[in-house]
Amino acid sequence: MAAQVRQWRTGTVGAAVVTVLGLTLTACGGAKVGDDSAGSGSPGKCGTFNLAVNPWVGYEADAAVVAYVAQKDLGCTVKKKDLKEEIAWQGFGTGEVDTVLENWGHDDLKKKYITQQKTAVSAGSTGNKGIIGWYVPPWLAKAHPDITDWKNLNKYASEFRTSESGGKGQLLDGDPSYVTNDAALVTNLKLDFKVVYAGSETALIQSFRKAEKNREWVIGYFYEPQWFLSEVPLVKVNLPAYTTGCDADAAKIACDYPVYDLDKIVSVKFAKSGSPAYRLVKNFTWTNDDQNTVAKYIAVDKMSPEAAAKKWVEANRDKVDAWLK
Amino acid sequence: MAVALEKSAPVAGVRRVGRRTVVAAILAAWLLLFVVLRGKQTLTLAAADLTDLHRWFNDVNDSIGADRNSNPLFLYFFNEIRLVIDNLVTFVQHLISQPPAGRPVPQIGWLGVVGIAGYVSWAVGNWRVALLAVAGFTFLGLQGLWQESMDTLSLTLSAVLVALLFAIPLGVGAGLSERFNRIVTPFLDFMQTMPTFVYLAPLTLFFLIGGASATIATVIYAAPPAIRITAHAIRSVPETTVEAAESLGATRRQALLKVLLPMSKRTVVMGVNQSIMAALAMVTIAALIDAPGLGKTVVQALQSLDVGTAFNAGLAIVVMAIVLDRVTTAAGAREETARRSKNRLLTWRRPLLGVGAVVTAVLVYLSHTYVWAAEFPGEGSIGGSIASAADTVTAWVQDNLSGLTNAFRDGITNGLLNPLQTLLTDSPWWLVGAVLIALGAVLGGWRAGVTTAVCVGLLVGTGLWSDAMTTLASTLVATVLVMLLGIVLGVWMGRSMLVDRLLRPSLDAAQVMPPFVYLVPFLALFGATRFTAIVAAVVYAVPVAIKIIADGVRAVPGTTVEAAVSAGCNTWQIITKVQLPMSCGALTLATNQGLIYVLSMVVVGGLVGAGALGYDVVAGFSQGQLYGKGLAAGLAIVLLGVMFDRITQAAARRASA
Repeated sequence: MAAQVRQWRTGTVGAAVVTVLGLTLTACGGAKVGDDSAGSGSPGKCGTFNLAVNPWVGYEADAAVVAYVAQKDLGCTVKKKDLKEEIAWQGFGTGEVDTVLENWGHDDLKKKYITQQKTAVSAGSTGNKGIIGWYVPPWLAKAHPDITDWKNLNKYASEFRTSESGGKGQLLDGDPSYVTNDAALVTNLKLDFKVVYAGSETALIQSFRKAEKNREWVIGYFYEPQWFLSEVPLVKVNLPAYTTGCDADAAKIACDYPVYDLDKIVSVKFAKSGSPAYRLVKNFTWTNDDQNTVAKYIAVDKMSPEAAAKKWVEANRDKVDAWLK
Repeated sequence: MAVALEKSAPVAGVRRVGRRTVVAAILAAWLLLFVVLRGKQTLTLAAADLTDLHRWFNDVNDSIGADRNSNPLFLYFFNEIRLVIDNLVTFVQHLISQPPAGRPVPQIGWLGVVGIAGYVSWAVGNWRVALLAVAGFTFLGLQGLWQESMDTLSLTLSAVLVALLFAIPLGVGAGLSERFNRIVTPFLDFMQTMPTFVYLAPLTLFFLIGGASATIATVIYAAPPAIRITAHAIRSVPETTVEAAESLGATRRQALLKVLLPMSKRTVVMGVNQSIMAALAMVTIAALIDAPGLGKTVVQALQSLDVGTAFNAGLAIVVMAIVLDRVTTAAGAREETARRSKNRLLTWRRPLLGVGAVVTAVLVYLSHTYVWAAEFPGEGSIGGSIASAADTVTAWVQDNLSGLTNAFRDGITNGLLNPLQTLLTDSPWWLVGAVLIALGAVLGGWRAGVTTAVCVGLLVGTGLWSDAMTTLASTLVATVLVMLLGIVLGVWMGRSMLVDRLLRPSLDAAQVMPPFVYLVPFLALFGATRFTAIVAAVVYAVPVAIKIIADGVRAVPGTTVEAAVSAGCNTWQIITKVQLPMSCGALTLATNQGLIYVLSMVVVGGLVGAGALGYDVVAGFSQGQLYGKGLAAGLAIVLLGVMFDRITQAAARRASA
């Protein structure tokens, strides 16, 4: 018995040695690591470019395109960092983040990091118009066209009731980092609704997707530009029109959200560095449609961000060239 | 003896009946007062409102951020720690996951890593786990996730290494001194129940964005189990052995190094195992502060609701966890097995180990030098198939079950959750507080009563009383569901080895699979509601309850069961009259663990519509001006956890006494 075990063991060892030898021999023909290290384009004077990527697909589209251009045309080493807004802004001061590409208002962060700590500056508009508001699924807008006027919302309040809304209509809000006045709006517009916090963008999108598919009643917070709108074109509900200053007192807001001019924020150090990546960021502008296209490549067609950026850049060379001037 | 038994039995009976009546009386009084005082002094706070405490937390946070470049504490303390840990992480990453400067691939490619994994598993365990390790690691590559997996592995290894550096000495200390143990325990409780979201933002403030912060976040979560288990291991070395060593003239130091540590080695390895599992549980959370690896894939896939991709990455985490778990478990058991087996194999072991080392070295060399051995070959098409299969299954479940699930959800929500929540949130705070203290004292004794009183006081102090009560209602409902499922499946598993063998792997998977992966399907089934959060918590908490109950049922002596069978009991009677009553201790422990696990999911619940404390914590992580409130909410979750842990533990001690 013992002899058998021993024999078997030596057998395995022999086999292993032979296999390894075989591998070594065949490997002699294989490509060696470092053989093709010449690569594409040596890293230029750009150096490292730290790009924060905030967690929504539209931003990912911005970042994909900027990173692709910085890498291919300027020879930068791009380091993408997946971070929430607050943490990304924190990184300006420590030199770990050079750029935030899509800032939605966030006056609190601007005050803290631009005015007080003086670690960041704005690098101008991205060209994207940020629209925030209340949306309903398309089937609902078609079945009840008058629902897009806020004055009629109370009429339908009972239809929007859920297990979470305590007898009132449910107004679904999403991720806590969204800019939102919804609780004040419901009170000040005397709506028979309750704001229910879904807690994440994922939850919000899934709710709308399901509502359109099963013809359910849902009204909730949403925004453009957003890839999901190319899957389900949600319809915006008109709130009392925005006028300058109508949102001055947070508790008394009774008007729609302003149209946000989305802008780019860079660290002071990066702005002064003279890096070609800074010029690229400063010049970068595109439209909501541009962003939605790339976002759709990523989210719906499941392309990698690099592949999506490549596809868009190749089709829009003229726009890209303008950023590089 | 018989006389004593006869005497004590009726006394115990009276006491138990007495306790039940008291509990019923407390609850009746609560209901009565609720009807009268409903809606008064409920301490509600709107989502955007802050208290002075929250603002104070904000100010502290801001002032730290503002002078982090001039503060000597930063320059000479935090920055140094950061540097050391960052270097460690980068070093491991350059070895196996990230290309160092001047090389297109890491130092050791996939063939080398697979070789090392197999060799180490064989050396510390046995050839069966070595095979499992090789198969598991190869599978990761076939999934198309080689680099991500290696990033996760390097972060896990670094974190566990750092954690053990502190955990083993602390654990030995806690094992040797009861007083030290009593000092450390509350800190360990705190580290394990404080939601990670709460300290992610401050960690990046102290240790910057990147590997160091992610590792430290993981260490905080992964160290406590190792400390506890090491302490337990030291404590369970028989006193007589230590005394014998001391009578032979061993010094304290010698007794520790030559007797206590070697004798508790096996259990300490279990601590390492638990530490690794906890570290892997942090993978997705750490991805939120840019930790590289599988967690990032999960989080990114979730942004576009890509369940398939998220599942594929989640599965890779599960595979890695299973491999690491089995290897460390085998390592813990190896010496014992070796001692039992014949010496002849042992004489062969050394030369074999030598040969293995040479083979591994060759593999490492190959993977260092040749591209085919460095980069995992193929497109990872298995990963694609797994992703699309997961998508198909999810779509089918969503399309076909959502009618059923809505009815179930509404039933539980309207029948159980809403009434309980109303009772808790609409009663005056002092009434609920008094009821909690009274229940704590009656069920757990006066010590538990005092703990409850302190916790209630502090909960009011956090300014989030109403949110805490909402969370409490969901937690209780989830725990009830956990116990129902736990008893049914646990008894079934405890009574049949076959069921055990079939169920256990899926229980392991449910514990390690990141909850982020199943949130999307659950959202489709149940909508963004408190109930979705409850279901997610149940999935996470039920495996541990099932395992504990199954063990309890199995521990009931076979002779007792046989006696009951011969007395003519049917299966139902055996379960209800013999097995369940006799595993009472296990049931209480399962309730305790179930509750703690449910509480640890409160934050994840906040992402899918549970609101309350979970939402506060997530909001604090997302928005600067809510930071203090998020911190307070995290503290409130810890307080709820401590309160229930102490009450149920004291109750368990009474039940088993």
